[in-house]
Amino acid sequence: MIVPRYTREIPQRYRLEAGKCKKCGYLAFPPRVVCPECGNRRFVTVRLKPAGTILTYTVIHVAEDNFAAETPFAVGVVETDDGARLTAQIVDCKPEEIEIGKRVNLILRRIRKEGHAGILQYGYKAVLQR
Amino acid sequence: MAGIVGYGSYVPRYRITVEEIAKQWGKDAVSIKNGLLVNEKTVPGMDEDTITISVQAAKYAVQRAGIDPKEIGAVYIGSESHPYAVKPSGTILIDALGIGPDVHVSDFEFACKAGTEAMYVAYSHVKAGNMDYAMGIGADTSQGAPGDALEFTASAGGSAFIMGKEHVVAEIEHTYSYTSDTADFWRREGRMYPKHGGRFTGEPAYFRHVVSAGQGMMEQAGMKAEDFSYAVFHMPNGKFPLRAGKRLGFTKKQIEPGWIVPWIGNTYSGASPTGLSATLDVAKPGDRILVVSFGSGAGSDAFVFRVTDEIEKIRNLAPGFKSMMDDHKIYLTYGEYAKFRGKIQLND
Repeated sequence: MIVPRYTREIPQRYRLEAGKCKKCGYLAFPPRVVCPECGNRRFVTVRLKPAGTILTYTVIHVAEDNFAAETPFAVGVVETDDGARLTAQIVDCKPEEIEIGKRVNLILRRIRKEGHAGILQYGYKAVLQR
Repeated sequence: MAGIVGYGSYVPRYRITVEEIAKQWGKDAVSIKNGLLVNEKTVPGMDEDTITISVQAAKYAVQRAGIDPKEIGAVYIGSESHPYAVKPSGTILIDALGIGPDVHVSDFEFACKAGTEAMYVAYSHVKAGNMDYAMGIGADTSQGAPGDALEFTASAGGSAFIMGKEHVVAEIEHTYSYTSDTADFWRREGRMYPKHGGRFTGEPAYFRHVVSAGQGMMEQAGMKAEDFSYAVFHMPNGKFPLRAGKRLGFTKKQIEPGWIVPWIGNTYSGASPTGLSATLDVAKPGDRILVVSFGSGAGSDAFVFRVTDEIEKIRNLAPGFKSMMDDHKIYLTYGEYAKFRGKIQLND
């Protein structure tokens, strides 16, 4: 059953909520209990800026069943403008349009369907800034 | 006076041309284009649906309104393509935008009129003083059966409007609705594609309701067609809104800014709201805009908007509709379109 885990991850997948260390300012995405930089346990919740830069990417040609109809598609590591790094599909473009260093916006899309009768799962993806 | 304090629209990048669809079914593209006055339509990406379209339009509306999403007291999404049969689209939208959880949420359905219903109820809450802000959205990823006339126009897109009483960009001066039991277009529970009454969708359905609502609205407001700078009529194709407008005394020039159907198709619940959004992109303070929606089944909602000075402050805070309509389009073949729209049965 995916529902409990999916529900727990909504703040990150829908709203890009991160934890900012109250002591050293380290940005944890997803949030952590302990700051890996200074060991502090107190964080404030912040929303990441929904824009960033492609650090690296790959193009998937053979995907698992849930994504098989979408091939070829790109998955990249994006550094948001506030310095957090996350992995996301890069959509609405041909893979050859993607380059390291290009600017992207993070938007909400459907990530996958849980079979024919299960829930629809939504989360962030990246689109090139045009 | 209550009215719109923020608005936003979104249409997918993908397009399919009338020629490409006509080629598939051995039909004459030129006569279809001349008959419908539609050149191409939007197609939702494989990961897009009414919820993702609504979320993007709503984010732009919040950007323009410049308010804290937590201040929004109600969210209504009107659509005939809610992704779930049971589970409201609005629940996902409020969590994506950070609205609530102290918020009233509901999904509306009334064929192509569900969007203006959502706007009407949101406006009524604010006018009644129930809350400071309420959001009404119209969005769809409509489906036409393969080979059916609707396949040339049924498209995807939507618009969101935040109603409020402060810093209003378009006051709602009057509203009027006209409704009857007219079975011109319907989809039974569990069916993938809608059915329609062919030519019966014209005179007894679209024109009767749109023209009656337009006339009723202008009589109630004591206005004539020449009192309006712009008018938006529901756009199932390019021809119907021009013809309805002409009967009501409007010129093509008044209709043109919101007449977006030739390049995006019929976005159903998103159609007249997105026509309004495109019109607000060019309207000047003092302009009056008449909007008349139409939903099969059947009914029309009419609104009289008066644009205020505030429009100039917020217009450029989110992407304008014209750039969304014209730029960076990705054209699909019919095969790609069939895959995108789930018309191909894949193995488990």
